[in-house]
Amino acid sequence: MTDKILYDLRGVSKEFVKGKEKITIFDNLNMSIKEGEFLAIMGPSGSGKTTLLNLLGGVDKPTSGEIWFNDSRVDNLSESQLAKWRAGNIGFIFQFYNLMPMLNAERNVELPLLLTNLSSKQRKQSVATAMELVGLSDRAKHMTSEMSGGQQQRVAIARAIVSDPKLILCDEPTGDLDRKTADEILSMLQLLNRDFGKTILMVTHDPSAATYAKRTLHLDKGEFVEKELTT
Amino acid sequence: MSDFYLVYKNLIRKKLRFFLTFFAIFIAFLMFGALTAFDKALNAGVELSADNRLVSVNKINFTQPLPISYVRKVQTVEGIEAVAQFNWFGGYYKEPRQQVMTFAVDPATLLAVYGDDIAIDEERYDGWQKNQQGILVGKAVADIYGWKVGDRIPLHSNIFSKRDGSSSWAFDIEGIFTAKYPQADTNSVYIHYKYFNETQSFGGDFIGWMGIKTVDPKLNEQVIKAIDDMFANTPYETETVPEKAFNQSFIAQLGNIGLILSSVVFASFFIILVIVGFSMALAIRERTNEIGVMKTLGFSSLRIFKMVLMESFMLIFLGGIAGLFTATYFLGFLNNAPQFPLPDLILSNDIILKAVIIMVFLGLITGIIPAVNALRLNIITALSRR
Repeated sequence: MTDKILYDLRGVSKEFVKGKEKITIFDNLNMSIKEGEFLAIMGPSGSGKTTLLNLLGGVDKPTSGEIWFNDSRVDNLSESQLAKWRAGNIGFIFQFYNLMPMLNAERNVELPLLLTNLSSKQRKQSVATAMELVGLSDRAKHMTSEMSGGQQQRVAIARAIVSDPKLILCDEPTGDLDRKTADEILSMLQLLNRDFGKTILMVTHDPSAATYAKRTLHLDKGEFVEKELTT
Repeated sequence: MSDFYLVYKNLIRKKLRFFLTFFAIFIAFLMFGALTAFDKALNAGVELSADNRLVSVNKINFTQPLPISYVRKVQTVEGIEAVAQFNWFGGYYKEPRQQVMTFAVDPATLLAVYGDDIAIDEERYDGWQKNQQGILVGKAVADIYGWKVGDRIPLHSNIFSKRDGSSSWAFDIEGIFTAKYPQADTNSVYIHYKYFNETQSFGGDFIGWMGIKTVDPKLNEQVIKAIDDMFANTPYETETVPEKAFNQSFIAQLGNIGLILSSVVFASFFIILVIVGFSMALAIRERTNEIGVMKTLGFSSLRIFKMVLMESFMLIFLGGIAGLFTATYFLGFLNNAPQFPLPDLILSNDIILKAVIIMVFLGLITGIIPAVNALRLNIITALSRR
């Protein structure tokens, strides 16, 4: 981990209007993530974890405040600029894997590379490397429906890292897995952080999952409620 | 992998739905190809009508005769190049159901007026001219009955009888003619007027109508007026019209076949529009979450829009091309069927072009709403749907 700030949230507020009611999720939230961090964000349902993840992932915009990534402001980018930015900088891992059912494992992993200028040969090479890293080289041609939950999540991890993003955002990555498989997945994330220097931000309900992170933040009603824990 | 591959995999992911929608489109374009070719063949006479040809018939009705002397008189009208005469013989081969469109003509003038349409070996034509019992047979008729040059065949008339009381005439096949245009009709035969006139038991020295070739289409109006004025206030007044108009009115007597065919085609495409539109909307709705994931990964909304539209086009074009391809074989089968009564049914370039335009239109209409929905889909909303 370096001291360089990768992500910086400055006075971020997020409000929703539901009927006549205005719901405030965050009000003047400040937060920064250093490059190479493995950060877990915990909190009860409705605390704003997913909204925070959406803001960090550039799929949602704050009502006010600024979001800086790698010294560039990203909250004011247009939708198409954000799409390009996400493709180049962020890898996503979802709770329910969100793989494309009509594609086999390696095609799923290749998907983000369609957004790059890599040749077919280079794409194949990158896919093979990612598949090897998650230990699924022998199942590359399998349809994801033929795989277990743990294997599907490993395919999702391979998809998240194949384009070599700076940041990996994980939304309850072990929420749909048994303990043993969850530990395997979390160890893999830890390895990506430790050996490959990936910055990882993980939202989770699971306290034991959070122990794999270097730092944990607790969110409640849109605020970080207690001092951060560092492992 | 490419966007095209992704679109293709999405299209075939629900095999049954893909097959059913593909099949519906396939049938619609098969019908379109076959029925449009049928309509075109029906109207081929109109389309192939020469601008410098006129038809002169009895003003009362074209089934009423005109005196043979009119031919000679009409030939004197200024602006006319040649005049051919026709009598409807009402022929059939062995049985009444084996109808043969038989015309009694003057061999000396037939080619002078219709030489641009009829293709025949000169030597054969000369042979026919010399033999009064000779018959010139269209290729389509010869193919149906297996006739060849040198055969002697009987033809019966269901209108006329011979002076000996029989209704059977014997003819020597002197030549088989083809057409200079693919869709020109070769479903007829020509016999000598002289032989017919001399042997029939009633109605001699009359003709059915005249085919007239003018020197220049610009003279048509003038020639028409001169002919009809010439025979005005006589027992056999004429009505002379351009050949195209005559053929059009003849087709119109069969009923508005074009309208019926267009209605059938329109109805089938409308149903396709509903089926494919619904199917596409459903398919995209089912994939809301996946579209959200793709957008999250960095696929732009515009790119997703194009992919959905491409899927719709791919479906329509796959079904459409398969339908047209099958229509070509189907028409070929019909053309080779014995006793098929129409000129060759051809899936011409203009029909194919029309079909492609319809495919583009259908692809756009059925794909645009799902594509716009996908374009506007909010990532957070999409990801929340599983």
